[in-house]
Amino acid sequence: MLQLLAQQAPGELEAGLTAVGRGIVYGFSAIGPGIGIGLVVGNAITAMARQPEAAAMVRTTMFLGIAFTEALALFGFVLAFIISG
Amino acid sequence: MIFGLEFPPISHLVEWPTLFGSGPFAVNKVVILMWVSALIAFGVMYLGGRKQELVPTGAQNVAESAVDFIENGIVMETMGPDGLKFTPFLLTLFTFVLVCNIWGIIPGVQMPVNARIALPAFLAVLVWAIYHVTGIVSQGPINYVKSATIPPGVPKLILPLVFIIELLQILIVRPLSMAVRLFANLIAGHLLLATFAILSQALWEASYVGVVLPFAMLVFLSGFEILVSFLQAYVFTILAAVYIGGAMHPEH
Repeated sequence: MLQLLAQQAPGELEAGLTAVGRGIVYGFSAIGPGIGIGLVVGNAITAMARQPEAAAMVRTTMFLGIAFTEALALFGFVLAFIISG
Repeated sequence: MIFGLEFPPISHLVEWPTLFGSGPFAVNKVVILMWVSALIAFGVMYLGGRKQELVPTGAQNVAESAVDFIENGIVMETMGPDGLKFTPFLLTLFTFVLVCNIWGIIPGVQMPVNARIALPAFLAVLVWAIYHVTGIVSQGPINYVKSATIPPGVPKLILPLVFIIELLQILIVRPLSMAVRLFANLIAGHLLLATFAILSQALWEASYVGVVLPFAMLVFLSGFEILVSFLQAYVFTILAAVYIGGAMHPEH
């Protein structure tokens, strides 16, 4: 059915679908960590505003939290390049 | 050809011609940059430590501020006084990764060494080996596996599941995520810089006025890459410190 709709040579359909797949992989994998990093940094800002003396410790933990959640988005980014058609 | 502009193939960004050697010992531009980074990191610390004056100036100032940053900012925060014996290792890791990353924006060179997976993978495996050996040496093998995989206060029913998840975490997920985090951040920055540079050059050849916006974005991205280089070196080092500290004293 897709072949009928696409009306391309068979190799081009696979290449096109591979490109769409790569975009979907990274697109969906970036949603979660985006929200997650926003939550981490937002709560860190609240903590630093409530108690400025603890700002250094909060900042260190914030960087740790950002690293952990950003790694998930980067897994998706690397997978998008690994996918081959 | 895209929109009538000429773009080089993407393989030019990730495959470098071999200068000499062959097979796994092939030496290309990235390998030479890695050697130069090691020499620079060693040289700064060596020159800083030669004459030890009470009030530091020059290279000694740089070296002492780096040591102070690692000792007070990373080791004391995450490992406590027991971790001071790891300060030289973490300092080496931090300065080496930082100098390797910063090559990405130096004009003329512009290839971050960590944009190839080999070096981050090796550093992650090194940290993984060190924290397992530290855990086994300081707690004994069976005690270490028990304290690393079974967090306190877990209900008995889900204990097998938690055990398997934590085992996968310490064996596979931690080194893999450390390596991929460093590698993917650096290669994403490199790809973005290359994209905007090629776009600027292609638009400059097409019409002189279209180059302003891509070039401004390129300048901004170079500044952002400095932040990312420093941040990724810091995150790599502090995660290594957290893992080694967790192996030395397990969380109550």
